[in-house]
Amino acid sequence: MITATHYVMLSLVLFALGVIGVMMRRNFITVLMSLELIFNAVNLNLVAFSYRLGDLAGQILAIFVITIAAAEAAIGLGLIIALVRLKDTVALDEASEMRS
Amino acid sequence: MEFLVTNFEAILFYLVAALTVAAGVGVIALKSPVHSALSLLSTFLMVAVLFVIRHAEFLAAVQVLVYAGGIMVLFLFVIMLVNVKGVRPEAAFLTRWAPLAIAGGVLIGVLLALLVLLGVLATGSADASALQAVDGQPAGNTEAVGITLYTTYLVPFEIVSVVLLVAMIAAIIFGRRDAGLERPEGEARP
Repeated sequence: MITATHYVMLSLVLFALGVIGVMMRRNFITVLMSLELIFNAVNLNLVAFSYRLGDLAGQILAIFVITIAAAEAAIGLGLIIALVRLKDTVALDEASEMRS
Repeated sequence: MEFLVTNFEAILFYLVAALTVAAGVGVIALKSPVHSALSLLSTFLMVAVLFVIRHAEFLAAVQVLVYAGGIMVLFLFVIMLVNVKGVRPEAAFLTRWAPLAIAGGVLIGVLLALLVLLGVLATGSADASALQAVDGQPAGNTEAVGITLYTTYLVPFEIVSVVLLVAMIAAIIFGRRDAGLERPEGEARP
């Protein structure tokens, strides 16, 4: 019997992987992909609890999360294009103008 | 054989969950962005399977169409477009920060899981039929989601559409050549 707890555990692993990716990768594109991992972990939780509680609100919220993730990807990839035009690189630590 | 039938859900879950985690590790561990992107694609598809197990059929379809179809194409398009020579493969990771990153990731995950497990203990009964009903009458999951989205959650829906519009305008501005993001004239390319 698969319970919500199983889903929470899987979601935990995915979320931790996403956070590790965001903190450790230098490539901007891979950092954005790790962010998508985090969004997916959240969606898994929402869907699992929607089933657990017999409430559609979780699935609706997951749809909103997917929408915002799409918006985030569009802006993030636009930023990558701008960064490449400016610096010829996608390494995040090259963009250090605002460091004192 | 009977074992397979009676435990079908559990076997499917563990199989798909293992594949999901493996693909997730691939996303953050593979050095080439293209490999990471393909790994991310398999993560999306596996998560869609997990959605189906939990009676979120419409959401699974949206996951495949929007994530695997739209966002992945966007990622791959940008990877091809920028033709990265920026990050040398041996410098793909900030290894200096590895212990902190892993500790931080696990800590945040565990805290969230504790919070959510409190919710598991506190809340009520499972009734999956509500996920496939409109006004108490049996209907498809898509119909149920649609009716709920366009009645109870109409205002958030409209707000999200404005957010999408703002994101679209921002992406166009970032992509313009005269956005003031160009390298100054005469400056050498790094």
